[in-house]
Amino acid sequence: MSGMSRIVKTITNVAFPIVLIYGLYVIAHGHLTPGGGFQGGAVVASGLAMLLVAYGSIWVIGKVKEKQLSILESIGAIGFIGLAFLGILMVFIYSSFQGNFFNNFLINQNEIPLFNEIGAGLANINTAGVIPLMNFAVGLKVIAGLFAIVLVMAYATRIKEGK
Amino acid sequence: MNIIDDIILHSPALIVAIPLLGAFLTPLVSKINDKLRNIFVIFIVLFTSAIVLLLANDIYLVCGKIHTYVFGGNAPITEGGFAIRILFEVDGLNIFMALIATILAIAGVIYSWAFMKENTGLDKYYTLYLLMIAGMYGMILTGDMFNFFVFLEITSIASCALIAFWTNKGKAIDAGFKYIVVSATGALFVLFAIAILYGQYNALNMAVLASKIQFSFLDKIALVILISGLAMKAGIVPMHMWLPDAYGRAPASVTLILVGVTQASLYGALRMIFTLYGGKLTTTMNQIGDVSIDLNLVLGIFIVGLALLTIFIGVLMALKENNFKRMIAFAAVAEIGYMILAIGAALTTVFSTNDAGTGMMALKGGVFHILNDALDVGLLFLVAGAIYYATKETSLNQLGGLARNMKYTTIFFLIGLLAVSGMPPMNGFASKLIIYESTYQVNPILSIIAILCSILLLAVFVKVFHSAFLGPKLPKFDNVKEVPKSMLLAMGIIATIIIFIGLFPDMVVNYIVQPAVNALTNNSNYISNVIGGI
Repeated sequence: MSGMSRIVKTITNVAFPIVLIYGLYVIAHGHLTPGGGFQGGAVVASGLAMLLVAYGSIWVIGKVKEKQLSILESIGAIGFIGLAFLGILMVFIYSSFQGNFFNNFLINQNEIPLFNEIGAGLANINTAGVIPLMNFAVGLKVIAGLFAIVLVMAYATRIKEGK
Repeated sequence: MNIIDDIILHSPALIVAIPLLGAFLTPLVSKINDKLRNIFVIFIVLFTSAIVLLLANDIYLVCGKIHTYVFGGNAPITEGGFAIRILFEVDGLNIFMALIATILAIAGVIYSWAFMKENTGLDKYYTLYLLMIAGMYGMILTGDMFNFFVFLEITSIASCALIAFWTNKGKAIDAGFKYIVVSATGALFVLFAIAILYGQYNALNMAVLASKIQFSFLDKIALVILISGLAMKAGIVPMHMWLPDAYGRAPASVTLILVGVTQASLYGALRMIFTLYGGKLTTTMNQIGDVSIDLNLVLGIFIVGLALLTIFIGVLMALKENNFKRMIAFAAVAEIGYMILAIGAALTTVFSTNDAGTGMMALKGGVFHILNDALDVGLLFLVAGAIYYATKETSLNQLGGLARNMKYTTIFFLIGLLAVSGMPPMNGFASKLIIYESTYQVNPILSIIAILCSILLLAVFVKVFHSAFLGPKLPKFDNVKEVPKSMLLAMGIIATIIIFIGLFPDMVVNYIVQPAVNALTNNSNYISNVIGGI
């Protein structure tokens, strides 16, 4: 589909960064406030869909390809399950723990000074071990997946208009 | 601690996680090279199979051993009897089903190499295929009710997309839609039942639930909803209408895994009846008017009735069907009927004091038949896929004289035919004989109907054999060649296992079926093992 009027484009320019930041906020605070990877990802993807409607699918498809999105989606999924696998490998890192699949290996330890605090300030982002990282992985997957679906559907309507 | 011990320790998680990781890596690998992707997918499946075999060896080493695996930590947190964390509990029955799933997964992925070669979008095909395999393993291995529902949904969504994979044929999309409607309804039924149980007992773990269950009125409702929801997924007769479409329209390699998913749903029903409710079924009387009957008797008779209906309708519909794959699908419906006939017959007797031997026997036959049915029906579907691959024809009226060009496929079909109709040298005979003998003890009419329908099944497939393979050479099939080697290899693997089980049935029964039956009937062992592990 083609783009819309100048007014819509201007409003989109203003609204898009706000939507993006709100979505990233929901993803980053998934372990503290309601929401998480999926919800925040859906917010960001809806912002991208707004961009698609305002500027038209031809403009967007010139900027980003569906194949790149599918690679991004795979990377998100691999990141999620890779973090789960790292839980098993914990035994090689610490040598005193028995690792487990989906183990929260970053919390309650001093070897890796990353996301390991607890109690210092429960509202801080670094207090939940791997959970924020997993939220980012899920968020990436949802952004890429939903945007790819919307993009392909918009592109398909363009083909129908052409007929 | 060496690496093998480590792998065995983590195996329940790895069996699900490795196909999942492979599924998400497949789109990236297929960017490099198509052949590399096929090799990668086969490697993933073989690696998973090796882990399943290691775990099986570990389980069978000690009688009645249950391998418990806790996700995300060393021990589940229990607060006031509220068990947090997901547990995978692998006992004899779980590992038995996992072995079936392994055979089907290996054969399916090897078969796909040549069978799907001419299609586009194969990276998505293999991703969904591995997701479906991961979901099937998850359904089989999990010990958590909600986790079971999650894996049920994963398999539903992946298989819906795969059933409709040949989107250029409109009927495939129709079949996929029908499948997703039925399986989503079934899954919601299961979710509702889980919610009822969770609301009462604050637990989702199967062993914890089994130890706490009171068999109140709500529990009875939950049992009925669970069985009907899983029966929808397993294709038992009043809910079988999705099965011929889905089996018939999907690519043959997908149908093979679908058979496994159906068996996994059946396993779910078995687990719910025998482990979750097993302790209470016998001690509860059911008041019908002035008479009070044991509840296991009511449930058993009801299931036997469903089973007879399933066998009858499956066989009769197969007799009149002209489409090759739909005919095999109806035969598969009938075969599921045999399993639940044995399970129903077992339910009526296995808990009683004086007749428990018959029940154990029937259960043995039923569980053994799950393995045999998966192999027989799977082999027949692979042969049907091979014929479609070679001739692009599924209607039996158009086929003929194929034995002259496709001699290996003909032999494989003959093996599948004899096995599925329960003829002596094949595996179907071994399990069906146990079912006939045990149901005869319960009621002679049951075994008479079962034998009769088995003969009708033979008639169905002799007709197919005659019209597709025998007869004069048709001119339009002059340049039909034997199918590629990878498809022959996949069929050969299953055929070899069929003949092996047919020749040494007692070995298979003693080593892998008996532990599964013991695990089913001995639910106090399950509870104490798992809760002791907590």
